Amino acid sequence: MLLQPALVVSAVLFALGVAGVLLRRNAIVIFMCVELMLNAVNLTFVALAQQLGPEGQVVVFFVMAVAAAEAAVGLAIVIGIYRHDQTLDLGNINLLSG
Amino acid sequence: MANTVDLVWLVVALPLAGFLANGWISFFRPQAKRAVSVIGVGVLVLAFVVAVAVVRAAAGVEPAWFFVVKLWTWMPAGNLVIDVAAQVDRLSSVMLLVVTGVGMLIHVFSVGYMREDPGYARYFAYLNLFVFFMLVLVVGASFPVMFVGWEGVGLCSYLLIGFWFTEKANADAGKKAFIMNRIGDFGFLVAMFMIFDATGSLSFREVFESAPVHFAVGGTTITLITLALFLGCAGKSAQIPLYTWLPDAMAGPTPVSALIHAATMVTAGVYLVARSNILFAMAPLSSAVVAGVGALTALFAATIALKQWDIKKVLAYSTVSQLGYMFLGVGVGAYTSGLFHVVTHAFFKALLFLGSGSVIYALHHAYHHTHAHEDAQDMRNMGGLAKYMPWTAGLMWVATLAIAGVPGFSGFFSKDEILARTFARGAEAPYFYVLWGMGVVAALLTAFYMTRLMLYTFHGPNRTGERERAHLHEAPWVMTGPLVVLGAGSLFAGVLNLPEVLPFSGRLEHWLEPVTEAGAVYLPEAHLAHGTEWALLGLATLIAAAGMAGAWRILKPGSLVPARVAPAEAGWRLLLSRKYYVDEIYGALIVRPLVWVSDRVLWKVVDALVIDGAAVNGSARTTQLVGWIGSRLQTGRVGAYVLLFVVGVLWLLRAVAGQGS
Repeated sequence: MLLQPALVVSAVLFALGVAGVLLRRNAIVIFMCVELMLNAVNLTFVALAQQLGPEGQVVVFFVMAVAAAEAAVGLAIVIGIYRHDQTLDLGNINLLSG
Repeated sequence: MANTVDLVWLVVALPLAGFLANGWISFFRPQAKRAVSVIGVGVLVLAFVVAVAVVRAAAGVEPAWFFVVKLWTWMPAGNLVIDVAAQVDRLSSVMLLVVTGVGMLIHVFSVGYMREDPGYARYFAYLNLFVFFMLVLVVGASFPVMFVGWEGVGLCSYLLIGFWFTEKANADAGKKAFIMNRIGDFGFLVAMFMIFDATGSLSFREVFESAPVHFAVGGTTITLITLALFLGCAGKSAQIPLYTWLPDAMAGPTPVSALIHAATMVTAGVYLVARSNILFAMAPLSSAVVAGVGALTALFAATIALKQWDIKKVLAYSTVSQLGYMFLGVGVGAYTSGLFHVVTHAFFKALLFLGSGSVIYALHHAYHHTHAHEDAQDMRNMGGLAKYMPWTAGLMWVATLAIAGVPGFSGFFSKDEILARTFARGAEAPYFYVLWGMGVVAALLTAFYMTRLMLYTFHGPNRTGERERAHLHEAPWVMTGPLVVLGAGSLFAGVLNLPEVLPFSGRLEHWLEPVTEAGAVYLPEAHLAHGTEWALLGLATLIAAAGMAGAWRILKPGSLVPARVAPAEAGWRLLLSRKYYVDEIYGALIVRPLVWVSDRVLWKVVDALVIDGAAVNGSARTTQLVGWIGSRLQTGRVGAYVLLFVVGVLWLLRAVAGQGS
């Protein structure tokens, strides 16, 4: 069985995603890192579904659907931000500063 | 028969309908005076007719009839269930007839008196509302329902005293009446709480029937309850120490003084004591207090009335004094006598007030014609009016003879009965002899000041003024008509309850027996020998004659001068004319400290510093500070948020993992 390697890969992918969100400042890159985390989780689900039954695979489809919707909304927001500020560097966008 | 009795709700509802209609008119068609007159007087006439029908129907049921007409449940709250219900028994039926009957006459009189007033519709709306609340008070079958009427008449009193509110003095008089009444109402409320605590009920029937079970005769609870009730009565019925509002209440239109401050509202206290006779009979100490305060008020107010120049002020103090008699009566356990005096007093005092109203009306018009600015209520500006207003003069003499206690007139019988019953209690404690003595002196003074009023107003030379004299004339029939009816009442109402030594005696006594017998059990048997009773009747006659003859001999109306040029009073005359400075004393002892505390402590410290400063602005500032601290976390940088988020998730994961292992 390839469970162990699959889990390791997905953990690495997830960590890469988190690191990317934390370290990068470009909105699109952060966005892609979020997608990376989602897919890392999907990989975990699929790997575990081999042992625990098909529910994990159902959840994966669900996550994909949500991720597609999220990508549509998220990219629209990114475009909106760019139109508004002429930049995608999140270090320059701090409207919520208290 | 019972179906007709159920119509009692209609008696109460009619004046309410009149109030609503006239209230509407006063807003939208204030000049529709004819409609206002028809509605305002019409509802009272109808109410009187229905009341007569109800009482007749009820009286046909023997022996001790007692109806409670339940309309709806008002407050179902646990053990406390209060119904809006009307009680028709022998006591409330007497008051029903007095309130609607005398009220009707005064409404008719008002049509003439208030004819030219711009607030005509508003006036009748208030008057109808007053009658409504008074009827609620009278027929209410439980303490809370009675309290609604009790508060309502206080409200109407305030509205009508301050009817001409553009003058500050009138508005102040209204406020004074309301506040004094509120002090008394506090007593009523406390009494209600205590009654409910002790008996678990507030309906008259249940409380009175279960009173012997729940209370010990002369016990602390019953004494406190009755004293608190009496505080309410003292406020409403203008007894010492809460009497000062009533003379000031004369600021309202004169028919209002007649209706509210003589015939109906102020007798509510007497009615309450008579209604709760079993409670008072079980508390001899409270009853003694009631009698004592009553006698003291009767004497005290009578002395003040001796030296007043305002014709309405004389009558106002006379009212306070007569109310004192009523409380003396109910205090010594003569509940029927007290109520008998309520009835006769309603006739002759309403007559006196309405008579003074038509005098004021005549003087006001005379001065109005010549554009003079004289006081139309000052007796020094009157004199010799009998020539110009023979009807008013004659009828007011009837009322004067009645209130002075001349034999044959109604007041003689009712006042004598109170004094006789007080005297009879003297055998048990000399205290009652003292009260009786005070009552007798007050009777002497009553005869004196009433004769003074008549002499100065209607006899001697006229002091109104040369030019005005031509314009003095009798009031229109719509005003004299009610006076004639009230005059007949003042003459003959005495036959309702003649003394025992005369034939046809004690009708009202028998009539009210089903109501008063509950309390009578606890009262000592006080019976006078026929000889003593005759002697007391003779003494009363003598006192009345002495008072009137004394006034006739001592006073010289010829030497009076008009108010404008009258010299200032001095010595004891000043003391009496300034009403013993009671208002000033209350002002210095209560009002000024209260104002000082309100201003310096309650406003500037409690309100401005504590509530506004610490509580309101303080909590706002605290919130602001906490918010500012919290806002430091909001850097606006996504990276920071994500970092916190990740740290939070990791921390949660660690906690979950820690739990799992």
